[in-house]
Amino acid sequence: MIHANQLTNWKASVSDTIYVINFWATWCKPCVEEIPVFVKLFKNYSDPKIKIILVSNDFKKHIQTHLVPFVRANNIASNVVFMDEPNPNDWIELVDPNWSGAIPATIVIKGSIGFSEFHEGVLSYKELEAILNKIR
Amino acid sequence: MKKYVLAILFIACFHANQNAQEIEKAGLAIGQIAPDFNLKGIDGKMHSLASIKNAKAYLVVFTCNHCPFSQAYENRIIAIHKKFVGRGIPVIAINPNDGEREPEDNYDNMVKRAKEHHYPFLYLLDADQSIAKAYGAKRTPQVFLMDANKKLIYTGAIDDNFEEPKDVKNKYLENAIKSYLAQQTITTPITKAIGCGIKWKKK
Repeated sequence: MIHANQLTNWKASVSDTIYVINFWATWCKPCVEEIPVFVKLFKNYSDPKIKIILVSNDFKKHIQTHLVPFVRANNIASNVVFMDEPNPNDWIELVDPNWSGAIPATIVIKGSIGFSEFHEGVLSYKELEAILNKIR
Repeated sequence: MKKYVLAILFIACFHANQNAQEIEKAGLAIGQIAPDFNLKGIDGKMHSLASIKNAKAYLVVFTCNHCPFSQAYENRIIAIHKKFVGRGIPVIAINPNDGEREPEDNYDNMVKRAKEHHYPFLYLLDADQSIAKAYGAKRTPQVFLMDANKKLIYTGAIDDNFEEPKDVKNKYLENAIKSYLAQQTITTPITKAIGCGIKWKKK
């Protein structure tokens, strides 16, 4: 479970840790199709300085019925957090002012060099790797 | 002289085109005139903003069948229509999704869902997705409220709690409509919400 302040913390990070933060939900087909991209990423980059966080925007009442089984089946428990905020209008702008709120969406942050790149829509593995290569 | 006219025409076209691209990217801005359309509804007829008689405002809601967020808001959209249609503000629902990418959102399924859920409002298909692009719509559901002159006065979310209608504290859209009808300033003209990205046609 995370709250809006966690987004502010990631955005304000000054460390050399790279945060790859993806906003998704089990009800969102393109998001689910994109998940293997992140799975491949954390398999290929076992670097502790790269943190991949999958922020679920599932309905709270669906955590046990939809989210937990999906997380178990895909073995992504250590990467998934749940956005526990009822009003997206309170936090969407904290991620990026250009974000409409459509998911999937991904932001890559490296605080130590002031890097932040936001992408609305599905990313391919190649595109994601290209972003990482710019800052590693 | 001809050359000048051509040059001016060229510049005008360029600007219009640039403007359209900016809208597609960032969305229609508050105060901008919303483009009209001519789209087929579930009644088999074509509908436009101009064809809505005695409109006090135009409430365009990009929504669809398959998206759980659209479904979560379905009854609230119906309620808003019923509340304001008598005051000249009917809901105009537009499905912007590509029916090939998302068969649940094809025309036949729109007709079916509207019938099953007793949609009291227009439900139109933006088959070539040009209207969603012209408005800069990105997700479903996403609302655009225009005044009688088709100027955008509110855009974004319906309210502040997608999951629990009973826990809603701020009915953004309804408050905007009420402020407009009372000729007061709309205090929150832009809001954001999570939603399903529009299913664009594969290039």
